[in-house]
Amino acid sequence: MSDHENAPIVTLTDAAKHFGPVRALDGVSLSVSLGDCIGLVGHNGAGKSTLVNLINGGLAPSSGKIAFAQGQTAFGAGVRSVFQELSLCANLTVAENLRIAHSALNGFGWRRRARAEIRASLDAVFPGHGIDPDAEVGTLSIAERQMVEIAIGFASRGSEARLVILDEPTSALDAAIARQLLAHVKQFCANGGAVVFISHMLGEVFEVASRIVVLKDGKVVAERPTPEFTRAGLVDAMGHVAAESGGVATARRDFGPEVVRTDQGLSARRGEIVGLSGLAGHGQAAALARLFLSRSSAWHAGKTPDVVFVAGDRPRDGVLPLWSILRNISISILRNDATRGMVNRQAEAAVAKDWKTRIGIRTDDVTNPVLSLSGGNQQKVLFARALASPAPVVIMDDPMRGVDVGTKQDVYAMIRAEAARGRTFLWYSTETEEICQCDRVFVFRNHAISAELNGTDITEEKILEASFEMREAS
Amino acid sequence: MKLFSKPWLWSWLAAAAAFAVTAALTSGRGGGELAYAALSFGAFAAIVGLGQMLVITLGPGNVDLSIPATMTLAATLALKAMGSQPGTAFLGLGIALAVGLGAGLANYALIYLLRLPPIIATLAASLVYQSVAIWSNRGLRIKPPTGLADFATGRFLGLPNVAWVGLALAIVVWVILERSVWGRWLLATGQNLRVARLAGIPVELVRAATYISVALFSALAGYLLASFSGGAALNMGQEYLLMSIAVVVIGGSSIAGGDSNVPGVWGAALFMFLVVSMLNSYGAVAGLRNVLTGTIIIAIVIAASTRRNRA
Repeated sequence: MSDHENAPIVTLTDAAKHFGPVRALDGVSLSVSLGDCIGLVGHNGAGKSTLVNLINGGLAPSSGKIAFAQGQTAFGAGVRSVFQELSLCANLTVAENLRIAHSALNGFGWRRRARAEIRASLDAVFPGHGIDPDAEVGTLSIAERQMVEIAIGFASRGSEARLVILDEPTSALDAAIARQLLAHVKQFCANGGAVVFISHMLGEVFEVASRIVVLKDGKVVAERPTPEFTRAGLVDAMGHVAAESGGVATARRDFGPEVVRTDQGLSARRGEIVGLSGLAGHGQAAALARLFLSRSSAWHAGKTPDVVFVAGDRPRDGVLPLWSILRNISISILRNDATRGMVNRQAEAAVAKDWKTRIGIRTDDVTNPVLSLSGGNQQKVLFARALASPAPVVIMDDPMRGVDVGTKQDVYAMIRAEAARGRTFLWYSTETEEICQCDRVFVFRNHAISAELNGTDITEEKILEASFEMREAS
Repeated sequence: MKLFSKPWLWSWLAAAAAFAVTAALTSGRGGGELAYAALSFGAFAAIVGLGQMLVITLGPGNVDLSIPATMTLAATLALKAMGSQPGTAFLGLGIALAVGLGAGLANYALIYLLRLPPIIATLAASLVYQSVAIWSNRGLRIKPPTGLADFATGRFLGLPNVAWVGLALAIVVWVILERSVWGRWLLATGQNLRVARLAGIPVELVRAATYISVALFSALAGYLLASFSGGAALNMGQEYLLMSIAVVVIGGSSIAGGDSNVPGVWGAALFMFLVVSMLNSYGAVAGLRNVLTGTIIIAIVIAASTRRNRA
């Protein structure tokens, strides 16, 4: 601990990365040394993921230099990354997934060593995680997969991890688990490791980062030690004027008749925003999927749908990867404007153009492939798909993963406006801030509703209480 | 530049090359006949290929292996009902299409109700169809009515009538895929069934309609082929199993689903006929011909797919 060599692990000098005409990264200088915990913030498409890929050696810069300490290669220098898009193999076990990242695990008995290593890492980061190293990843919840991914990032894997890059690590985690991770990150940096922490949750960035780097349009626009930033100053630097989410509890409106009721006890009235909360993986997503499937049919589709769905797990539930942004937006509303079964292409283009501006999809042309967008912008496409349809009930399964602060505020306002016009929203979220936007909240525990909170009762404390109650009693 | 990223281009270039090489041997003489023959025989491959393309577009694991049996059964029953009597062509067509409808429904029922993988379901069903065809045919070779045979072997504006039928079907399929709501639903379903379902698409209806379409296309191809070649034979569909899949792949449709290519199917259908005539006219023996055909198919698929990756 005493010999914190201040030699940087990685140094970028005026590094730039262009994809054709797109300047994803436009000359960035940055150095990360042992003991640093750097918070990297910026709106969607600011170049965060590109910067990460330069640092971990996944991409070579178009111009400028990147130098690693010691090994010359990213891996040799101990750089590890944990991605926002989960990159585990669903058909392999947790331990086998570690083996993919750790090529030195071979020979007789590698499974046993892999199990021990991943268990040690999981125990270190997430004490009491309850994940079996022999479980197939496909059977884990999205939060558990994210935990495994993070644990693999911190695992020793032959050589010590020196710099771990965490790209939106907490977006799928609930508050309690996220806190474990933040504690571990602080510990890791105190012991001489380095972390690059990317998050749209500014509270977390302020909590762990020793230094904050703000990216905007591919450039570093601010880099200062954390205490020199204020929350508002940071949001300003990112280039978004975000309203403080304090005054949420606006006057309750009168809601219409009940439009949703499930056997589980989940209910919603016309014009109401209903939140689903609780620890991640306690049946909220499954309840929403069941509700959607029961209210729509695989055999016929009406002119206007009864329910629409906004996916949080984009590759699995949301994005049509071969298509343009335009076609991804319009798929649920084709029937509305169709004449004799033919797509009305003018109407379709008009809707896509309208939503591109309304929700701020960062692209010069909506006929670009949807995969050319960053994760947060793909998420906006999914919002546009749902909100463009006239369906009276909108189901949202943790839909804000990877969406930046400014856009979140815009979407909150949009959801409020749509609700005021009589649409009903069912909204599962792992973020307390989002849940506080709701008129009524159902807290889930062990695949059942454990509490129903109204109005001013919707607080983080109350939600946590309802999420944990049973465990503390026993 | 944009033209080179079109995946259908490669099958047409390959067909043109095969045509040129074959015509060069006869130093230009017989080029017209060769083109005419390619259009005639290519039409049958194109019709079943279009059907197979729709099924493959449904996504990984979707394929119809009952095409040959459906062709045979539809042709056998249609010709038997017509009994070479004049004026029964439309009765025969109706029977063939009814057989197609029945086969499509049966295939989809096996897939949906018994949750069988499409490969197994359609292969098993094809044994049944083939057996019914054998049982009802009993070795008879019934000639098609003269009027129908004349139509199937005739020409209009210099092109074979069967090619016109194949062309009309191709246009219908293209319009459905590119311009209709139904086509969008099919393409979305093929990219990701779960996403499509969550986007409100009636995915099972789309799947059912697709399996019925391919069976109808097979039945039509069988009916025309039997009329064209003077009667139904029990092995008449045999070569169309590989053929239907090969023309889809060579034509530039994605084998992973969600991306289909109508012009490419026709280009590939012509190519498949021309490459065999090319090897024939150079005097290749059957074994060598098969080896070369296989090699050429692989080369085309590689050329087309690497192009697409770069685009």
